[in-house]
Amino acid sequence: MTTSSVAERHDLEHVPLTSPASTSGLLEVFRKRYLLRLMVRREIQARYARSFFGLAWSYINPTVRFFTFYFVFGIVLGRGGNLENFAIHLFAGMVMVHYFTETVTSGTRSLLSNKGVVQKMAMPRELFPFASMLVSLYHTLPQVLILSTACLVAGWHPDLVGFAAAGLGFLIMMLFGTSLGLMFSVFNVIMRDFGRITQTFINMIPFMVPMMYPYSLIESKFGGGWVHTIVMANPVAEAVLLMQRCFWWTTTEESYAESFPDDLWQRGAIMAAVGIVLLFVAQRVFSRLEGRVPELIT
Amino acid sequence: MSVTSIVVDDVSKQFSLQYHRTLKKMIMAKMRRQQISDTFMALENVSFEVPQGQSIGLMGLNGSGKSTLLKLISGVMKPDSGQVLTRGRVSGLIATGAGFHQQLTGRENIYMNAAILGMSEAETNEKFDDIAAFADVGRFLDTPVGNYSSGMFARLGFSVAVHVDCDIFVADEVLAVGDRPFKRKCIARMQEIRESGITMFYVSHSAGSVRRMCDRVIVLEKGRVGYDGPVDQGIRYLHYDGSDEGEPDAEEALDEELASDI
Ligand SMILES: Nc1ncnc2c1ncn2[C@@H]1O[C@H](COP(=O)(O)OP(=O)(O)OP(=O)(O)O)[C@@H](O)[C@H]1O
Ligand SMILES: [Mg+2]
Repeated sequence: MTTSSVAERHDLEHVPLTSPASTSGLLEVFRKRYLLRLMVRREIQARYARSFFGLAWSYINPTVRFFTFYFVFGIVLGRGGNLENFAIHLFAGMVMVHYFTETVTSGTRSLLSNKGVVQKMAMPRELFPFASMLVSLYHTLPQVLILSTACLVAGWHPDLVGFAAAGLGFLIMMLFGTSLGLMFSVFNVIMRDFGRITQTFINMIPFMVPMMYPYSLIESKFGGGWVHTIVMANPVAEAVLLMQRCFWWTTTEESYAESFPDDLWQRGAIMAAVGIVLLFVAQRVFSRLEGRVPELIT
Repeated sequence: MSVTSIVVDDVSKQFSLQYHRTLKKMIMAKMRRQQISDTFMALENVSFEVPQGQSIGLMGLNGSGKSTLLKLISGVMKPDSGQVLTRGRVSGLIATGAGFHQQLTGRENIYMNAAILGMSEAETNEKFDDIAAFADVGRFLDTPVGNYSSGMFARLGFSVAVHVDCDIFVADEVLAVGDRPFKRKCIARMQEIRESGITMFYVSHSAGSVRRMCDRVIVLEKGRVGYDGPVDQGIRYLHYDGSDEGEPDAEEALDEELASDI
């Protein structure tokens, strides 16, 4: 026998009898950092495995989309005409939107695409959507670098307040993206076409946030009205504005009062608070439903 | 003096046999007034306790709920009612073949699987060579497990499970797809596990290996405990010893032979 022998069992009297299925929910994410790291690495490899361009796909898609939007809104419709550095205005928003939509879509698929493991291994299954969120974040980093470079070329005067704004924006997206990813991953197991339903809504997001058009447009058309309230109740819209505060506004001479709502920061703080509450709710929903996941996932 | 290792207390598990898994199909079925789902009791009021170090042979016909019970004990599933309690770390293999990612290589899967079973990076590094040697899949270690034969797949899974430092070991028909030399290796390893005082929960259809490996037999019948007691009586209860059949079971003969030549 070449293998090592099995160690003798020690006394187990001090070890409590526990339910083998019990976990502490999303907190396990912090306890199982090593496993999480392996999962993230695996998903980074697997997301575009076996496709010819591999990882490049995660940049080709946004690039093509950027030029499409730029062409249609910047050149054909002339939205960018009266807006300084429209390309940066657009791209800053797209980075946020892309991060959010990637988190939600891959989170929604996360349980189904890890079927083999989910069916046979006991583990805190919150790890799957959470890992998807981290992988999306990983893919966002190069985009932020490209954005920064573009800003520098355009004449950037970055400030700390701006970085705080971008940080708050990412935090909001992280909270909402993780919450939706958690809930949708289970829904998607229970009902297989749930992923398509979310996809439909996700396709609307780029048009509903002020990135292809300036915020001042919403303000002047709907300011104070219910449409304004609805558009601004979208956490992605808030995150996009915070991102533009960091990257776009600091490359221009545009007036702050026109480019952003007066209560940008209060809204951001409220969104983050709502996100935290939503994360708790999502965790509750997830742990209620996930018990049946291994039997439904066949 | 030995502590309780597994408590299964009045456990029931119900599956819903859902016919339609998409919205469209569900709506269509509703309109035609067809049934959308039906339920099925896979386990019903199952109760028993296992002291630390005991080795249980879980037997029963196909579909009697053995794999389901193992999933409850290993924590993959939760019971609908009643409770399952375990002491210490559980490792093992459920329903031939581990939870692997098809696109990952054997090596990556070893690390991933070991991490899920609770091993640290250092622990895995230390045991990696043993695991790879035991699985013995050769050059295929660095190819995606999707390309493995079913035997190789099972070998790799078993090899990881068996190297985890655990207190309870569950094994579900591990010998079903392995070849002769691997079966022999498995039996020897499980013998070691048993002797080291790990609680063992072993599902098998072969009387020979249960007789050799277990201290106690539990027989499931349509999700209920039909028999719980000494091994020989349990096997007789199942009529698996071939006494009331004219010819001895071929598989069994092989198994006996295997068991005797270790
Ligand atoms: N996810 C599931 N959904 C619905 N029914 C299920 C599911 N898993 C198992 N069953 C049913 O539960 C019953 C018990 O299955 P189980 O796999 O526990 O049987 P088993 O005793 O392991 O059988 P075998 O000897 O064939 O391995 C079977 O009738 C099976 O069809
Ligand atoms: Mg089975």
